[in-house]
Amino acid sequence: MKDGVNGVALAVFIFFFLAVTVMGFLAARWRKAENEHSLDEWGLGGRSFGTWITWFLLGGDLYTAYTFVAVPAAIYAAGAAGFFAVPYTILVYPLIFTFLPRLWSVSHKHGYVTTSDFVRGRFGSKGLSLAVALTGILATMPYIALQLVGIQAVLDVMGIGGGENTNWFIKDLPLLIAFGVLAAYTYSSGLRAPALIAFVKDTLIYIVIAVAIIYIPIKLGGFDDIFAKAGDAFSQTNPATGAPRGALTPPETGQWTYATLALGSALALFMYPHSITATLSSKSREVIRRNTTILPLYSLMLGLLALLGFMAIAAGIKVQNGQLAIPQLFETMFPDWFAGVAFAAIGIGALVPAAIMSIAAANLFTRNIYKDFIKPDATPEQETKVSKLVSLLVKVGALAFVLTMDKTVAINFQLLGGIWILQTFPALVGGLFTRWFHRWALLAGWAVGMIYGTVAAYGVASPTQKHFGGSSKEIPGIGEIGYIGLTAFVMNIVVTVVLTFVLKAVKAPEGIDETKPEDYTADAGDPGVQVELPPATAGTSH
Amino acid sequence: MSQAPEVSRAVVTPMRVVIGLCLVAPFVAMLWVGSYAKTDPAFIGIPFFYWYQMAWVLISTALTMIAYKLWQRDQRARSAAKGGASE
Repeated sequence: MKDGVNGVALAVFIFFFLAVTVMGFLAARWRKAENEHSLDEWGLGGRSFGTWITWFLLGGDLYTAYTFVAVPAAIYAAGAAGFFAVPYTILVYPLIFTFLPRLWSVSHKHGYVTTSDFVRGRFGSKGLSLAVALTGILATMPYIALQLVGIQAVLDVMGIGGGENTNWFIKDLPLLIAFGVLAAYTYSSGLRAPALIAFVKDTLIYIVIAVAIIYIPIKLGGFDDIFAKAGDAFSQTNPATGAPRGALTPPETGQWTYATLALGSALALFMYPHSITATLSSKSREVIRRNTTILPLYSLMLGLLALLGFMAIAAGIKVQNGQLAIPQLFETMFPDWFAGVAFAAIGIGALVPAAIMSIAAANLFTRNIYKDFIKPDATPEQETKVSKLVSLLVKVGALAFVLTMDKTVAINFQLLGGIWILQTFPALVGGLFTRWFHRWALLAGWAVGMIYGTVAAYGVASPTQKHFGGSSKEIPGIGEIGYIGLTAFVMNIVVTVVLTFVLKAVKAPEGIDETKPEDYTADAGDPGVQVELPPATAGTSH
Repeated sequence: MSQAPEVSRAVVTPMRVVIGLCLVAPFVAMLWVGSYAKTDPAFIGIPFFYWYQMAWVLISTALTMIAYKLWQRDQRARSAAKGGASE
């Protein structure tokens, strides 16, 4: 690592950071609506975004700074196993093609802002809705914290993270400033801020990847050399485990893990509140379907990015903390000014999802805890006010999390978050297609999945950690090593189905379904869809 | 279009089967890890394992696009058959 501060890179970084800050505040005036004091406006950007804005917003939202740092870091550490992110993002799009338009339609028809809103409306169960909301908030918090970890990695490499003996306040000051600014413009502009900033973020990212994938291999002597060197490095025995460090292709025993991780993660992605927030902000059903055909561009980029992990090995980058591998590769290979652009891309890449995630968590709290349990007669103005405040609190919480606890805690929780959020799949996606599942059975299935997933993840040891050492474990009854989240999900479904039969047999009350079959296919312009939109309280009248 | 015969359309039509196949194919290809867990043949020095999966990004995109176009056609045909000229 170069000593001292990289002045040129830092100057470029600060330039881009200031530019997006200005954009963030100006975003409040962008496509401004008359009634700005509703959750539809602040929390969903007025539900007005077309195909391209939605594309940038979703891309900026799903492919986070942490992804950019962590995926190549995983490749750098172990090779093929880290590449599961690519099949994972391939599977996401055919999957959401089937159910997301239905969620959009029913949400527009009834003014739902969150997935919990839908679950409550569909199953008439505040308990189930609360379970979904709590899971969403719990899974999102560590994800926001990890965005900070992404910014920290960049700051460290630029030399302004401070050394071991720097005063903690000086050390964390740049991070505090970055987050203070982010909190301020999210508060004032809502979802419009990240939507506008996402343009800058994605443009920078695409430029950096395009340059990196051409420029670095030329400097390193082509892909043949890169993979030959990486293959050598992986075959070295890791002293901690006594096994090779990794492999260029997954061994027989790792294939179940690879496939279950890809499938489980794909199922989980659109259960995250921030994915749904970005989805519901689009203006029509077609926008979503069309986006499933253009979003894979990001997957291609992710694949190329993953290859950077091999380049880091070939370039002889040696870091203790794998998270630093890619920023370090950029600093070593690129001229200073372009390294600054690359760092800005990662830094801004953290701000966009952090903003959307905090908005999504705030919406969940406001709609499904505050309004359902604390103040049922809240007006749209009050809802917006509470949401804005909670978005601040969520960010402060994430900041405290990162500053006071070890980084591995955030990573562990994010791993758990993925397992947890997958357990809301049966209620949400099941509910979009059928009313057959019983609400109490769904709740029981959710609980079983949550408990199994947490206990199983706790029991995974790694050479460096006693608990939460990884996300895969032997699948009971099959004997192969698979993703815990997917195993928990299967248990969840089995419990849900069995209990639904039982509860139907004993005629347990089913709850009132406020949706109608035609609500799930309604599109913008259909009678009732536009009209019933504002206020955000529609559909919560009971 | 209003004189189109009033046939009650089946839920499962050949077109819908094709749409389903387009959406299921990426799952079969990607979850069958054994079919691509090898290094040869390499492409410009990139082992098979990596370029094959990246190629599937493009293939699945094309398939999803086909599914999308077919679905639009399916929906249009249906609304036309209902006699509602809602286009």
